[in-house]
Amino acid sequence: MVKIISVYGEMLLFAMGRTLLLAFLGLFFACILGMIFGLLSVVKNKACNIISNIFVFVIRGVPMIVLAFFIYFGIPYLINTIMGVGGGFTLSALQAGTVCLALNCGAYMAEIIRAGIQSVDIGQMEAGRSLGLPYWKTMRKIILPQAIRTMIPSIINQFIITVKDTSILSVIGFPELVLAAKQVQANTFKAFETWAIVGIMYLIVITILSYVAKLVERRMNRGINR
Amino acid sequence: MESTDKNVKIKVEKLRKCFGDLEVLKDISTEIHEGEVVVILGPSGSGKSTFLRCLNRLEDATAGEIIVDGVNITAKKVNMNKVRENIGMVFQHFNLFNNMNVLDNLMLAPLELKKAEKKEAEERAKAMLKRVDLLEKADSYPSQLSGGQKQRVAIARALCMQPDIMLFDEPTSALDPEMVGEVLAVMKQLAADGMTMIIVTHEIGFAREVADRVIFMDGGYIVEEGTPQEVILNPKEPRTISFLNKVL
Repeated sequence: MVKIISVYGEMLLFAMGRTLLLAFLGLFFACILGMIFGLLSVVKNKACNIISNIFVFVIRGVPMIVLAFFIYFGIPYLINTIMGVGGGFTLSALQAGTVCLALNCGAYMAEIIRAGIQSVDIGQMEAGRSLGLPYWKTMRKIILPQAIRTMIPSIINQFIITVKDTSILSVIGFPELVLAAKQVQANTFKAFETWAIVGIMYLIVITILSYVAKLVERRMNRGINR
Repeated sequence: MESTDKNVKIKVEKLRKCFGDLEVLKDISTEIHEGEVVVILGPSGSGKSTFLRCLNRLEDATAGEIIVDGVNITAKKVNMNKVRENIGMVFQHFNLFNNMNVLDNLMLAPLELKKAEKKEAEERAKAMLKRVDLLEKADSYPSQLSGGQKQRVAIARALCMQPDIMLFDEPTSALDPEMVGEVLAVMKQLAADGMTMIIVTHEIGFAREVADRVIFMDGGYIVEEGTPQEVILNPKEPRTISFLNKVL
């Protein structure tokens, strides 16, 4: 155990950094996607609702590992076939991984945001509109501030899931923690110690993340009485 | 379609409203004059609330025309937000913005819609709060108020936009009996000040006292209308008589 840490510790920490980088990028774009598709699903427009539904339906219905292979191998293959340049276009594992996480997490975020907005009493929107406030202004000033408070626990949950889901992207060769750990195991043959260390590393990161999230949640609820 | 009578605030012409297969409003035509207080009575499901909600287009009319201050609001291309600035609405369940305190509830729309500078909006908001006797609650959140207080704040919020029409959708139906009086008192004062008011309510006593005209609705039609004297004390239609017998 000590030997693994002293020899491979730095490498594992570096890989952890890559994991966090990927998670951060994925979550960043997932929030944007989630917001867009979440709002598309609540507006009074059939076309927008359908687009959002299809997005969620497809992404939620495909395992992330399949999505990862599809984006990393499938998309460049398709582009190269169409362009006829033969292997000219490639995606890096980081690019493909970010897109994959953003899509996957984005679909779940869209559902969380939709549910959060719909949990706000319809009367709040009507009251805003009856005063002459436009739809989006009412959404931004009245509905979203209330919706976000109910969304926070689910969003935190989804963040944690997404951080852990980065491990799946070891399959497309992104050098994150799990891929690094596989190398350590191969070099040392010490499976128990290696995976125990990796497990604990994930646990520490998730614990910190949960703690920060709790602080945020408490801060958001401060001064608000329902 | 410009109305020739300058005093007509709202003109409703052959209004119909369907929710899917359900026809809630069948053929409603009426006129509401400036400064008039109209009380709409009727059993639940008669379409009173739907009618009221059509007047500021919280519900879209299926057919017919509604003309407010000379503007046909049932037309496709109408700036409804602009029209709504002039029509205040008070809801059964108050619908105060839960994420802001009372003062911000009152100031939000005037500020966002650039109706007033911050200082002016605050002054007016406080004046309105004083009018409903709740100035000391300016910094409270809606959850800290009683039902009656919430409804008075809701009225003040609507008044901050300085509307010239006020719609009341069962404003006292969700209140404890002892709080009904304080809300009705505010409404009476408003009526005395000459506000054009359309009120859906079950408070027959209030209707008798304050209404210039009472409309009795049932089954999507206006069954009977006239002064409180005529409709409440001497109803002619059998449906009105049986309703009043049940509620009085």
